[in-house]
Amino acid sequence: MRAPTSDLPLVFDEVSLEVGSTRLVDRVNLVIAPGAPTLIVGPNGAGKTSLLKLCMGLVAASSGRITWGGRVDRAPARRAIVFQRPVMLRRTVAANVQFALAQASAPRGRRHLRTLALLDRVGLADLASRPARRLSSGEQQRLALARALARDPELLLLDEPTANLDPAATRAVEEIVLQAAQSGIKIVMATHDLGQVRRLAGDVIFLVRGRVCERRLMIDFFDNPLMPETAAFLRGDLVI
Amino acid sequence: MADHLSAWQLIVGGDAALFAIVRLSLLVSLSAVALAALFGMPLGALLALTRFPGRPVLVVLLNALMGLPPVVVGLAVYLLLSRSGPLGELGILFTPSAMVIAQTILIVPIIAALTRQTVEDLWREYRDELTAMDVGPLGRMATLLWDARFSLITALLAGFGRAAAEVGAVMIVGGNIDGFTRTMTTAIALETSKGDLPLAMGLGLILVAIVIAINAALWGTRLWADRQAG
Repeated sequence: MRAPTSDLPLVFDEVSLEVGSTRLVDRVNLVIAPGAPTLIVGPNGAGKTSLLKLCMGLVAASSGRITWGGRVDRAPARRAIVFQRPVMLRRTVAANVQFALAQASAPRGRRHLRTLALLDRVGLADLASRPARRLSSGEQQRLALARALARDPELLLLDEPTANLDPAATRAVEEIVLQAAQSGIKIVMATHDLGQVRRLAGDVIFLVRGRVCERRLMIDFFDNPLMPETAAFLRGDLVI
Repeated sequence: MADHLSAWQLIVGGDAALFAIVRLSLLVSLSAVALAALFGMPLGALLALTRFPGRPVLVVLLNALMGLPPVVVGLAVYLLLSRSGPLGELGILFTPSAMVIAQTILIVPIIAALTRQTVEDLWREYRDELTAMDVGPLGRMATLLWDARFSLITALLAGFGRAAAEVGAVMIVGGNIDGFTRTMTTAIALETSKGDLPLAMGLGLILVAIVIAINAALWGTRLWADRQAG
């Protein structure tokens, strides 16, 4: 297995991300430490996906500094991400998990048992030999979660994993996420669904135009928003 | 009409000379496809996944080489393998080995260029996922080539089509020696010029039938495998 390097705390220091002349993330200061799930909310185009990609190290900051456990090296040591539309490798469900385990340097002799355990954890054990691309959207999200968990992460980033799912599939994904959180994995998840924020969040980051508008405990976020944009967003007004 | 009948009799009668020619043609072309895939697919994947100065020039050059004239390749290989050439000591000019080398050179650009395009398209889809899984450069190449395996059958078919149809390269480096380096295309050219139209036509029919059969088999394999793997 990998060396027990830690990716937490994840610290953003005046981090901006620009693509061309557009600033997607604007001078963000942030500390992600172990604890209850942090949910990122905000209107479309607020920079949620960009922020998660920066957290994962998939893109380099245009300015500012990001550190993972005090390191600036972007290679993902103990973190994983699940995208809104995860890419399924053209192989079976089990082979997708085995691929992730191999990339995470899991011992070859243990991969089979770990694959079965991970598929069981996400409720896909019965579909192990099915081609991954033949799964439903909800099943694909659960497989993506199994692949992410195969990395034995201490930080799990989720980019609107239930955006296109029906309530039953959403509940299945949320149960896996909650279970992961209870096992000590720090969850950072972007969502549009305020109900989901109530169900999952320990604290909330509210993002507008690439800036962290406010970050509060979940109860305070709903009951006592500090910023007018937050109050408008919670009322269902259009925040641009 | 008489020529058609004679061609048919040659095929149905299992003419030994005819089938020796067919066997050699298939052996040479399929060996060339296998070798070209071995070099061309990793080369195409490498070109798809790396960025360096001059890469666009190399991509354009590779695409242009898909239209490489067989006689030019034949001439180049002839010069390499002829007794006074740099590889003359190998003594393989006018042998099936020389023909395989010439056809391999001819179709490496086809397989490499089509692989590059396929892998580059797939990489756009896979980039974030593979980067997030910390997959290294060799792992990326292997994963993308594997996941593009059904699309890459098209590259193999294009390569085989080119090898099976060409006459210039194998004529120059093989010499069209009866019973040794005579292939279907060189035999068709020779027999036509000699006026033996039944044999030429029989070979022509077999060549077309083989190309269709191999295309159909690979296409069927692709559809079946596509259904299996999703």
